[in-house]
Amino acid sequence: MPEDIVIDIAAMSAAFRDLVPFNSALGLSLEDASVSPAVAVLRLPWAGRLIGNPETGVIHGGALTALLDAAGGLSVFLKLRQPTPIATLDLRIDHLKPATPRRDVLGRAECFKTTRNVGFVRAIAYHDDPNDPIATSAATFTISTKGKAVTGHEIFGRKETP
Amino acid sequence: MISTVEAIAEAKRTGDWNRLIETLPFMRFLGVRLEERGGQLLGRMGFAEHLVGNPSLPALHGGTLGTLLEASAQIELLYRAETVVLPKTITITVDFLRSARPVETFVRACIKKQGRRVTTVQSVAWQEEESKPVATATVHMLIIGPEQDAVLPENTTGDASKRDPR
Repeated sequence: MPEDIVIDIAAMSAAFRDLVPFNSALGLSLEDASVSPAVAVLRLPWAGRLIGNPETGVIHGGALTALLDAAGGLSVFLKLRQPTPIATLDLRIDHLKPATPRRDVLGRAECFKTTRNVGFVRAIAYHDDPNDPIATSAATFTISTKGKAVTGHEIFGRKETP
Repeated sequence: MISTVEAIAEAKRTGDWNRLIETLPFMRFLGVRLEERGGQLLGRMGFAEHLVGNPSLPALHGGTLGTLLEASAQIELLYRAETVVLPKTITITVDFLRSARPVETFVRACIKKQGRRVTTVQSVAWQEEESKPVATATVHMLIIGPEQDAVLPENTTGDASKRDPR
């Protein structure tokens, strides 16, 4: 398929955040996105409210779950290149090392395969080196054939070039 | 404010697990509350606008459910084990079974296997009916105390020389 979609990162980031209250509450922003490969990179900014263990200052594993789930869903949108309602079916996260306190975390997800009904995603969370991950994950998303996508139109609506 | 370790020790003594929640910022952010009922811990997360992940349905964000399930597993282990240190998650697998509606969500966890270091816990989250879970999780956790001796009651007689060096 030709590379026929120009992605406006800032517009996509704003839509993604403004339309999804929990993404907004976490302060998630889009760092990078492409459709081939279907990759989304999100930034989770450091905040004290993310702390899961006050003794160490390390953020809660659930904050990484939220980051990787959000990045994963976005990568499926990118793979499909059209507004489609999706839902996370399962998500496994391996915690390789604790996140460093007071540092932002990036979540990079790639949707490497879709079928009619399912999107398959791999993702990692890291500070600045993807080769030194904090966590890795594998997830599947169900792809619906009806209903309305939450962010689809806003993400792709005006971004396609002739 | 008291430390988390103090709050865990106090919760074990008094049964007031919300004292622990008050020391945990991400739990406060999600509005998680705990209650002890008949020797079991029940977690609850009231609905709040900022928890929404899909406003067109609307449905709760998967990350809020994942967090609730992971936290429930962590706290269940604290509730059952003789440790006052928060366990570390090694892996978590979340199955999203139903769309979680904008209402209060409940959670309960059950220890499936207690090991010397690694414990496996399953958590279930539901809304109207416990028999219709919205999400479940299997969580493998590691307990490492500052003195490396935090163990569950059943495992207090192991040979220290055989301990996993992790």
